[in-house]
Amino acid sequence: MTLRILAIDDSRTIREMLRITLTTAGFDVHVAEDGIDGIEMLEEVSPDVVITDINMPRMDGFGVINSIRKNRSDRAIPILVLTTESANDLKQRARESGATGWIVKPFDDAKLISAIRRIAAA
Amino acid sequence: MTATNDIRQTFFQECDELLEALNDGLSEIDDGIEDSSFDLETVNAVFRSVHSIKGGGAAFGLDALVRFSHQFETTLDEMRSGRLVPTIDVMKLCHRAADHLSDLVGAAQEEAEVDETAGADLIARMAALGAPPGTAPGEDSAATEPELSFEPLGLPIDLAFDPAPIGSRTIKVEFSATRQLYANGNDPTYLFRELSDLGNIIARSDDTDLPSLEDLVWDESYLGWTLTLETEKSLEEVREVFDFVEGLCHLDISEVDDFSNQVAQTQAIGVPDAPLRETPASPTEDKVPSQSYGSSTIVADQPKKAGGSSSKKSSVRVDLDLVDRLINIVGELVINQSVLAQCVDDAGLTERTELATSLNEFKNLARDIQEAVMSIQAQSVKPLFQRMARIVREASDIAGKTVRLETIGEATEVDKTVIERLVDPLTHMIRNSVDHGLEGADTRRAAGKPETGCITLSAAHRSGRVIIEISDDGAGINRPKVLDIAKSKGLVPRDAVLTDAEIDKLLFLPGFSTAREVTDLSGRGVGMDVVRSAIQKLGGRVNVMSSPGKGTTMSISLPLTLAVLDGMVVDVCGQTMVVPITAIIETLRPTKEDIHALGGQNLVVSVREKFVPIIDLGTVFGHRNEPGDVTDMVLLLIESDQQQNWALAVDRIYDQRQVVIKGLEGNYGRVPGVAAATILGDGKIALIIDPEETAEGARPVVPSSMMLDEV
Amino acid sequence: MTATAEIFQSDTRELVTFRVDEQDFCVDIMAVREIRGWTPATILPHAPPYVLGVINLRGTVVPIVDLASRLGLPPSVPDPRHVIVITVVGPQTVGFLVSAVSDIMSVSRQSIQPTPDITSESTRAFIEGVIATEQRMLRVIDIKAVLPPAFKEDEG
Repeated sequence: MTLRILAIDDSRTIREMLRITLTTAGFDVHVAEDGIDGIEMLEEVSPDVVITDINMPRMDGFGVINSIRKNRSDRAIPILVLTTESANDLKQRARESGATGWIVKPFDDAKLISAIRRIAAA
Repeated sequence: MTATNDIRQTFFQECDELLEALNDGLSEIDDGIEDSSFDLETVNAVFRSVHSIKGGGAAFGLDALVRFSHQFETTLDEMRSGRLVPTIDVMKLCHRAADHLSDLVGAAQEEAEVDETAGADLIARMAALGAPPGTAPGEDSAATEPELSFEPLGLPIDLAFDPAPIGSRTIKVEFSATRQLYANGNDPTYLFRELSDLGNIIARSDDTDLPSLEDLVWDESYLGWTLTLETEKSLEEVREVFDFVEGLCHLDISEVDDFSNQVAQTQAIGVPDAPLRETPASPTEDKVPSQSYGSSTIVADQPKKAGGSSSKKSSVRVDLDLVDRLINIVGELVINQSVLAQCVDDAGLTERTELATSLNEFKNLARDIQEAVMSIQAQSVKPLFQRMARIVREASDIAGKTVRLETIGEATEVDKTVIERLVDPLTHMIRNSVDHGLEGADTRRAAGKPETGCITLSAAHRSGRVIIEISDDGAGINRPKVLDIAKSKGLVPRDAVLTDAEIDKLLFLPGFSTAREVTDLSGRGVGMDVVRSAIQKLGGRVNVMSSPGKGTTMSISLPLTLAVLDGMVVDVCGQTMVVPITAIIETLRPTKEDIHALGGQNLVVSVREKFVPIIDLGTVFGHRNEPGDVTDMVLLLIESDQQQNWALAVDRIYDQRQVVIKGLEGNYGRVPGVAAATILGDGKIALIIDPEETAEGARPVVPSSMMLDEV
Repeated sequence: MTATAEIFQSDTRELVTFRVDEQDFCVDIMAVREIRGWTPATILPHAPPYVLGVINLRGTVVPIVDLASRLGLPPSVPDPRHVIVITVVGPQTVGFLVSAVSDIMSVSRQSIQPTPDITSESTRAFIEGVIATEQRMLRVIDIKAVLPPAFKEDEG
């Protein structure tokens, strides 16, 4: 089974990178450009993993996590957050907000894949 | 990350958009400074723009860009958290920073070196605004606690500090999950799988805490595991596997001496293959847990009011080569249509009304398609205008004047190539307005004007052309002074009497400069003549209007595209050639009395009491050795950059029509006096004349290229 | 390095042979895009005498070189019996006027001999080598060398 991934990022560059890297790695990749978009796409895509940026217009990454964890039947879906900071309290905040894990930007292919493997049946 | 060239291109395209949004946002904040009426979401959007540039920049290892945007982002973060009040000075600095950021992006794109002193100065000044230097902004506004300084590259993993492990060791991991671990979407299965990648693993599950079925809480976690790992990796590397779930589990990792001991004591069950998400208990659907998932720290981010992004037009990205090809093919279509029309005409079938109607319809369709295809290349002038806003800021700083820029018609669309080639002339004109157009503050006050000068930049479509105007509310052209200078420089005769309009035109003479001191801006002998020549190369014209005490308006009129031009199709010794209509002032059919000889073979024609040299295109292009009889010919009166007039002699005028421009340079090279080629209705190629170069080239003394260098 | 040497690594080369002023020439088939009849060209001002002008090749402006004149032979007087060999060399498309195209032939790399010393320097500059076949001598044209020198000027 191909793992289906929904990647949410307002930066087209990062979206493209995620799409290319993950598609090359054999995943089925769908992208959304902000939190609202992402939440709207959840139903349709029904992803195995969600990757989301934090800073985004309209709804940020925490909003995405919150919305998934609180309201949805598939609320235990693994969610990776993309962050530019590697500070410990940020990891703590990500964990507290309900994120399954995180990837620090900039990331390389291996790091991204290994983060996904750590949380899903990749 | 797969940083292919495509993504790189995407990144720089996105940077342009982000920089545009950044500038828009900053201007919006500017407007609301006085009554603090700006929207917090605007500050957020500005922050995000810089943040995204930083994020992408980091992915490409653009250190200078990342360093600078990091400080900029920090400052903006201070602003959005309310700790930094956007005063005029703060905003000035932000604009500067945005300009510098744009420079850094440009340099990164061209892989050029950047002078870091300017950036370092701005970083220091931003840091001095209050934020402790190097403070990393948090991912949202709750970043009050001190954080690690930002490292642009690499995830700091502790393993780098580990001594290289020698041989294998046995590590015991005791692990039991909390319900929060599952709620966060983690699954021990995958953690164990990753652990198994590190070496040989034996797992033993502990279900002693598992209650009887009726006491089971569906989402509680009851199971624990003891894992024994034989690995060459270090303790830290093993710990790394559990990074995501730290604090969400009970975890004890220790090294044991003897692996075989552990094996004897544990009941080997192997690593489970199936996902364990359901293992805590059988799930009972629809039962919402009473606790929220550690969400006490989250501010639920309800959909904010759409910051402009909600009403996006959907679009596709297309390769520019494809657009070029499309434009070419459509050009062919239009040519083909005229070939067909000519064939039908030649065959005497024009009388057949159905045929004529269809043909006409075909013609209209072809034109419509052409127009639509051309519009693909069209771009709004907004980025161009934003660049000019920056020029105004820089120029007014140097000149010590306060200047406000107003823009009108930013959404006006023009061919991409035209926009690119407008940057230089427009920059020069703007600098000129700041430097020479606007008076100093004292003079303005004395004249009863507000101290802040105003420059208005506008764009509009008018009858198939684009009109761009630069107006200032300055003193207007000082005509007596301009005339004096022109006379003293020998540009006009001492006793010349000129009309206002003629005096205004003197500004376009080469080397003309009215500034008493040569300033950093518009001095250096580079004059408006260069502007004029650049605009004319785009098939455009420049006009000046000025009224004393009230200001000056420079108006540029341009074609919408560089792919077609309006041409006059003429016959030169049996060769069909095209002269751009924009260059032609009028056409003349001279009588014998109008023609005068001026030594040797040189002829002039008198046009309203001025003598204009006649240039026979046939001889210039080598189609004949002796000029033809001018009275049998048509003269096209053209005007040069230097306001010199020439009359180009052609054998006859066929037609006036729009022609598709075809380059000669790809397969051949440049031909002096020839701008490009086009394909006519009969499928033959006609050369498009560059009238000015032709005229300049016809003068034996100085080649035209040298003339341009001197200017 | 010649264009053809870059293109061909294999042992045989395919060549398009043609006649120019009673002499036999050939070019590598890889450089030839098409062969078409003569159509009058639009004269290019200030061009070297061997550049006959430009023609419209399906929307592209293609310069035409009189190969005879280019090789230092008496210039051709183009008529409808002449043939234009359209070649593509790098980014450039250029047409060559020849008297007639004779054949396409396959030769082994070894059968190409160095140009004999007796030929003049100017001819040798355009000829990559010669092939002896059926009592004829085929001159292998170095297509890059016979292109009109690009007249490019960076201006404004």
